Amino acid sequence: MSSTEGGAHAHHDDHHHPVDGFMRKYVFSVDHKWIGIQYGMTALIFLLFGFGLMMIMRWSMAYPGVEVPWVGQWLWPDTGGAMPSEAYNQFGAMHGTIMVFLGVVPLAVGAFGNYVVPLQVGAPDMAFPKLNMASFWCYLPGGVIMLASFFLPGGAAQSGWTSYPPLSVTIEATGQTFWLIGMVFLITSSLLGSVNTIVTIVQLRAPGLTWFRLPFFVWTQLVTAFLLLLAFPPLEAAGLMQLSDRVFDTNFFLPQGLMLNGDPLNNVGGGSALLYQHLFWFLAHPEVYVLILPAIGIVGEIIANNTRKPLYGYKTLIYASIFLGFMSFIVWAHHMFMTGMGTSISAFFQTTTMIISIPSVIILTALLLSLWGGSIRLTTPMLFALSFLPMFAIGGLTGLPLGLISSDIHLHDTYYVIGHFHYVVAPGTLMALFGGIYYWFPKMTGRKMSDVLGKLHFWGSFVTLNGVFMPMFIQGLGGVSRRLFDGGEAYAHAEPYLWLNKVMTHSAFLLGAFQVFFIINFFMSIFIGRKVDANPWKATTLEWTDAPSPPVGHGNFEHTPVVYRGPTEYSVPGHDKDFTPQSEPDPAPPEPEPEPEPAEEPAEAPAGAEASAGEEK
Amino acid sequence: MQIPYAVTERPDTGLNNAKLGIWLFLASEVMLFGALFSSYIFLRVSAPEWEMGVPEAAQNPAVWPLQFQKLKVALACLNTVFLIFSSVTMVMAWAELKRNNWAKHKLYLGLTIGLALAFMVIKAIEYGGKFSHGDFPSTSNFYAIYYTMTGLHGLHIVGGVAVLAYLFFFGKKMWNTEPERFAGRIEITGLYWHFVDLVWIFLFPVLYLL
Ligand code: HEM
Ligand SMILES: [Cu+2]
Repeated sequence: MSSTEGGAHAHHDDHHHPVDGFMRKYVFSVDHKWIGIQYGMTALIFLLFGFGLMMIMRWSMAYPGVEVPWVGQWLWPDTGGAMPSEAYNQFGAMHGTIMVFLGVVPLAVGAFGNYVVPLQVGAPDMAFPKLNMASFWCYLPGGVIMLASFFLPGGAAQSGWTSYPPLSVTIEATGQTFWLIGMVFLITSSLLGSVNTIVTIVQLRAPGLTWFRLPFFVWTQLVTAFLLLLAFPPLEAAGLMQLSDRVFDTNFFLPQGLMLNGDPLNNVGGGSALLYQHLFWFLAHPEVYVLILPAIGIVGEIIANNTRKPLYGYKTLIYASIFLGFMSFIVWAHHMFMTGMGTSISAFFQTTTMIISIPSVIILTALLLSLWGGSIRLTTPMLFALSFLPMFAIGGLTGLPLGLISSDIHLHDTYYVIGHFHYVVAPGTLMALFGGIYYWFPKMTGRKMSDVLGKLHFWGSFVTLNGVFMPMFIQGLGGVSRRLFDGGEAYAHAEPYLWLNKVMTHSAFLLGAFQVFFIINFFMSIFIGRKVDANPWKATTLEWTDAPSPPVGHGNFEHTPVVYRGPTEYSVPGHDKDFTPQSEPDPAPPEPEPEPEPAEEPAEAPAGAEASAGEEK
Repeated sequence: MQIPYAVTERPDTGLNNAKLGIWLFLASEVMLFGALFSSYIFLRVSAPEWEMGVPEAAQNPAVWPLQFQKLKVALACLNTVFLIFSSVTMVMAWAELKRNNWAKHKLYLGLTIGLALAFMVIKAIEYGGKFSHGDFPSTSNFYAIYYTMTGLHGLHIVGGVAVLAYLFFFGKKMWNTEPERFAGRIEITGLYWHFVDLVWIFLFPVLYLL
């Protein structure tokens, strides 16, 4: 780091220990790259675990009462190895919680955000390295507390990932309390992480990296961080209130005259279960954009790189993302149309929900149009990014009927809902995240992952994911409810759709089998993957052009990069190569040296971006 | 390796990292307390109204009570004064630091801590009085939200006192070596402290008077 850049620096004694011990380097590391990898590995393990829970559940849905292969005898010896319904409830609640809060978000935000953002903005690290470490060390205990709850009396949480009262308060299981405590840890972790991300992006951008020269991925991470920062605290409040309902016998969420198993609860009452739902969804709707926005950012990076052409409508994408983030705070009650909260409130949220679909469609369209006229390289990451587009489209469009009150009355709490949001988070986000792993793996390790195994992984996952989730729409339209441990066998109206359970279950097991290719590929490539140079994809952004693969030690860049242009200047006419790095000055005519500190008056930033947009045309 | 703008301001944003960080943190705190205030409104609006002159109403815990009859307004007034003064002394501590007057800085910082502790003592007396009357969080939703909000606010005071005490007892070393950085720390601690004070300014009328 040149010291001129930050002005007169005070001496940071905490960064000058000559020897970094093992603990400092690998366990309590303050290097964003290593923390990113810690996040990534942990999140992948949680994803696998959450998926494992679901495979067992899927078995129970297709073959209710039949011994679960391999693990049944060991888990439930008393039932002859068949999954009991209480276990199904535990697994279901934990599947949702683990996938959302311990799997996808930590991977998308904790891992990719941490690893890539400082590199893409040309920063030596996150703005607060120690907070970054603290963030990981809140996440891991949060996860461990969640997992530990399986071994408590009464088992893990059983009232869904939403933890709706009154069930979540009246239920005996200690795991339900642990769920709340675990959430407090996870919320703290994401609070620390989001402050760090925002400050890093606002403050540590390299000289010349104006707002409209930021890679699109950085923008999505910025919006995501704001969502996490502002949406999680209300859930924290709700969690604390629910904890107090459970532990101190308060009645925040319990109405008077509640009956439990036919007996009056004789509670003081006065509380409202609806209040919890409002607080929960105030978080949980923005949360779905937290799940999707980083994935959109990753797809944007991969598409620009593999079409060798600038993103279509770069600025529109940014404005749409910001608008999306803003709107996501005022649509939450579309999850509550069935609660009887009143028609005018429902009408309001129906309207905002229709409005929020507009920026989503804009984003998708812009990404799709980015393919137009490109010379597409079908690399492994590109396959994943390409598949994201139709999958996200299916997920998004099937959401519209859920946002319209009259159709939601029919579809609410059916498998249609499960199909809808899984298209967004599994074939959508997860595939994009896999694409991101294939894309940035060379940056993290200096080696490429195998394309043969990668393509097997891709096609296998793509086909089987659709095999799992497409039939859910049919079942849901037929009226089959979610959260049924027998897959609907007890209901006459589900009868015609029961065979689909077997299709989905077998697809899920095949999906699991195809992940083996990924796991083998991942670990094999770390050691024997093909060695690559710093910029194997011939990309333009700083992490590829200004740092070796993997970037050196703590500090990332030998010299602070200086940025001269927008993020996706591919195939610029008149240039000798088809990519022009952000840090490459224009050869002729010589540009006046940009000021080392970019002026950031609103008038200034768009001007810089217009210049670069002009070159894109 | 050094993080740019850890101490100095970035020219185009006019902020250093810590200051932006604390503002973002406070924004999330606003959402946290905002959710609790919203819950207060939600619970109160949906509770049956207190009817004056109907003695049974006072017995029904689901009925929202007349708050000023339940809580000690005088003690809370005193606490409000303590916190407002502690905000003033906090600013003074920072100003004296800027004037390079270490002794006075310590005096004001110490006063801030003292006032915060006085606030906690009064709060403890209030809580004790309620407990001895058998008014627990489980007694009614009014008490539940009262204890939750004041309890969470109290935790913020405790956190603030811990940081202030750290700066009070161990600040000298950094002041000698990196005065700029130390002044920055006092400033952002002050921002946090004013926020905690402000929360109380809202809590007081909402819980005690309205
Ligand atoms: C990729 C493989 C996956 C499969 C096969 C799968 C399957 C399922 C199924 C069948 C259900 C419904 C259970 C029921 O209603 O009884 C479910 C629920 C759920 N899944 Fe997944 N899922 C997968 C991945 C994910 C991912 C990646 C996420 C989140 C990011 C996720 C989040 C959820 C949530 C939140 C629920 C609702 C849990 C509840 O009812 O409380 N799933 N999943
Ligand atoms: Cu929603």
